[in-house]
Amino acid sequence: MERTAAPEGMEAVFERPTSLVATPTHYCPGCGHGVIHRALARAIDGLGIQSTTVGVAPVGCSVFMYEYLDVDWQQAAHGRASAVAAGVKRVLPDRMVFSYQGDGDLAAIGTSETIHVANRGENILMIFVNNAIYGMTGGQMAPTTPLGMKTTTTPYGREPATMGYPLRITDLVAALPGACYVTRQAVHTVAAVRRLEKAIEQSFRLQAQGRGTCFVEIVSACPSGWKLTPQEANARVEAQMLKEYPLGDLKVPTP
Amino acid sequence: MTQGDVRVDSELCKGCELCVAACPKDCLALSSGFNARGYRYVALAKDGCTGCAACAVVCPDTALTVFRAVRKPRAA
Amino acid sequence: MTASTASEVRLMKGNEALAEAALRAGMKAYFGYPITPQSEVLEYLTLHAREHAGTVVLQAESEIAAVHMVFGAAGAGARVMISSSSPGISLMQEGFSYMACSQLPALVVNVQRGGPGLGTIQPAQGDYHQAVRGGGHGDYRLIVLAPSSVQELVDHVFLGFQLAERYRTPAMILADGALGQMMEKVTLPPAGSLPHAVPGWATTGKPKERARNVIHSVFIEPERMERQNLLLQEKYRKIREAEPRCEQLGMEDAEIALVAFGLSARICQKAMDLGREQGIRVGLLRPITLFPFPTLAVARAAASAQAFLTVELNAGQMVEDVRLAVNGRRPVEFVGRMGGMVPSPDDVLARIEEMAARLRSRSRAGT
Repeated sequence: MERTAAPEGMEAVFERPTSLVATPTHYCPGCGHGVIHRALARAIDGLGIQSTTVGVAPVGCSVFMYEYLDVDWQQAAHGRASAVAAGVKRVLPDRMVFSYQGDGDLAAIGTSETIHVANRGENILMIFVNNAIYGMTGGQMAPTTPLGMKTTTTPYGREPATMGYPLRITDLVAALPGACYVTRQAVHTVAAVRRLEKAIEQSFRLQAQGRGTCFVEIVSACPSGWKLTPQEANARVEAQMLKEYPLGDLKVPTP
Repeated sequence: MTQGDVRVDSELCKGCELCVAACPKDCLALSSGFNARGYRYVALAKDGCTGCAACAVVCPDTALTVFRAVRKPRAA
Repeated sequence: MTASTASEVRLMKGNEALAEAALRAGMKAYFGYPITPQSEVLEYLTLHAREHAGTVVLQAESEIAAVHMVFGAAGAGARVMISSSSPGISLMQEGFSYMACSQLPALVVNVQRGGPGLGTIQPAQGDYHQAVRGGGHGDYRLIVLAPSSVQELVDHVFLGFQLAERYRTPAMILADGALGQMMEKVTLPPAGSLPHAVPGWATTGKPKERARNVIHSVFIEPERMERQNLLLQEKYRKIREAEPRCEQLGMEDAEIALVAFGLSARICQKAMDLGREQGIRVGLLRPITLFPFPTLAVARAAASAQAFLTVELNAGQMVEDVRLAVNGRRPVEFVGRMGGMVPSPDDVLARIEEMAARLRSRSRAGT
């Protein structure tokens, strides 16, 4: 797909970033991953780090992320992306390394790696896409599913007596001294997307300074899993998800 | 001349309509066309585009490229 | 403080010799977790890594985390090692499967202990099947080396890295707790004698001139998955052709062939000597590579030896591969102890004597 030529007298003010591969994605209509990938690509291009970035993809809907972002990639076992990223960074300390995980990968099976990577202050960016559901496997409950929410494994709504409470993993990570920058962002509005881009840029800058672990949670919609239209799903992000997981910085680096 | 223009890559669009909702001028709408994947794709449906790029910012599929009128005329 | 880098002779404990060998072999990174009987590997490396500038040594929070750090480092082109003992190796199996399919080289050391379950800390050979059949899910194998002395353990560190990198696949040293703890004289190769270059497929960040490198093991379309499997199978075929290794002692005229690896081979060597003193023609065929199994050597031995006795510290695992190689031509018997118990040379000799007596009476009866 070639770059669209500008109409006469006009200039392009928003186009595909260089590091975002021009290909259709397998994501459902309205999925947050596509927006997040582009925010990542814009940050990478803006900082000029495409040739020195290594990404680690999870298991989940974004398992094929290496098809969409033109950097070197490793695809990790379920839950282990942050450990894999730590292994990469430890042997290639001058590259920009990030892991990208959903809520099952990071906060269920990968909880130990998540906590310990941040506890050691591994100098990577951990991206955490929280849509409160397991998308790829058909819509089961995630550790972050709010109480009362229906999923295929909480058909009557999540209740604490049997399924516990939504896990505020980001708050746990923020408590660790090894984590230098912990923030919660979203992609359901124009303003939110722009803030996310800045958060990612900031994270890569901190990584270049060797400041420790940067952790960026992104509250996102899953229209298919939530059984809503994309617009309804983004509305639920605002109305329900952000009440459970409020936006903002949980930890900022000391100057 | 209009201030802004949006080109839609119809093969990438999945008809999610997030751009339709994001556009402050209500310029975008689903067209009647289908792409090869079976999705209806969006198109500019009326004038008034300012080139604000809100649509492109929220598009999950990077299907939209936004243009805006150049502020100053080019030097000859 | 800089390390001695020249070749030298030292009296060393197995675990420490293995660690020193890894440093001299140019290992770039080690990720591990304490578990008896091999924690000294992690401890020694943590202490001495700073003498080899740029070496990464990390105690991870679990064997699961450690094996995936190995994945990351190997994918980034580093020469990397991990060690553990049986229960920890079990935790790593998914990682090995991913690494085999993603074609990542790495050296794994299993200092076996008695099992199953939490088991005991005493030596055993109960992980043979797990090691040589791949261990994790899917159609893959590990290259498996079986040292039976501390010197061989040192040599196998160098050989293991070489084979892993030559074939882009994980290689395992299948040792045991006795080998890890015993002290023997070793000649350590000089540092720098195994050069390493970052391979072109590694994820080091893509310059404009090349397409992105992707280390992955997912091939969703079955046609692609089959192609990847065929690629792996072809690799194993090449390994089977070029890399089997074994040692043969007294096999030229052996009537009873002992087959044993690692610690049990040491016991068998003594039993062989005792048998020979009694006039029984005993030989020892000691597989050094368990994968690829020295099938041809065992099959050839079946031409002249009258019977085989496999001795292992397990319920009988390698004996199955011996039987496959002998292919029904000769009887194959088994002696073994489990749970960390170790047979003595006299235990093995007792069976050798029985077998020899049966052979004599058969030949007297003209059968």
